[in-house]
Amino acid sequence: MLTKIHDKTIGIAGCGGLGSNCAIALARIGIGKLIIVDFDSIDRSNLNRQYYFIDQIGQPKVDALEYNISRVNRDVEVIKHQIKLDSNNIPKIFKDCDVIVEAFDQAVMKQMIIETVLSEMPDKYLVSGSGMAGWGNNNTIETKQFDKLYICGDMVSEISETLPPLAPRVGVVANMQANQVLDILINLM
Amino acid sequence: MKIILNNTEEHFENDALTISEILKLKNFVFKMLVIKVNNVLIKKNEYDNTIVKNGDDLMILHLVSGG
Repeated sequence: MLTKIHDKTIGIAGCGGLGSNCAIALARIGIGKLIIVDFDSIDRSNLNRQYYFIDQIGQPKVDALEYNISRVNRDVEVIKHQIKLDSNNIPKIFKDCDVIVEAFDQAVMKQMIIETVLSEMPDKYLVSGSGMAGWGNNNTIETKQFDKLYICGDMVSEISETLPPLAPRVGVVANMQANQVLDILINLM
Repeated sequence: MKIILNNTEEHFENDALTISEILKLKNFVFKMLVIKVNNVLIKKNEYDNTIVKNGDDLMILHLVSGG
């Protein structure tokens, strides 16, 4: 059944904690093509949750993620863009995606991409993440669906000085997003 | 009036309310919101003059930083 996802394309908007882990999960199950987008480079502080390695510090995230994906599955086609996404370039960059994964860290960017997709690309599936800072509270993390928009997270835990984003909870949500993408793809077939 | 708010039925005393009034009544004090009424996206500058009435389907998404 999973051979059918070999011809599917997923857009990854942001390659931080959510995007890097979600992309790797999708690569492992044999997704056909990933369009990965991030303007940033890897900082040492990213390694507490993002799918990068010590020797990749300083590299552009899209370059390191492309390489890490190739180390997991050479059959995944990766298209990378090292740019900052905005309401103008999102419809062009993700035009051919079956599903878009919102994987930003800032709430204002999450709002921007959701509004852009709802208004400019209303037929597109979008899987977003909101509320995953801190630790514990496994059972507060859920998925809410509004037509073709899905939100994974606990919807309330915002990052702060005392509530950092950490590998366990960010990884849970990133993999929930990948799981939701897979479910959407299977239901499309 | 009776509306659907985030996939759940919700009752209000009033016959009609603006988005801003509903946010106040529901104590949604969050900054980053995405709101749809009957599948139409409502931008922040329209919250004061967008009327919600009986039978409407409302989505109010609250987004928080982290990822």
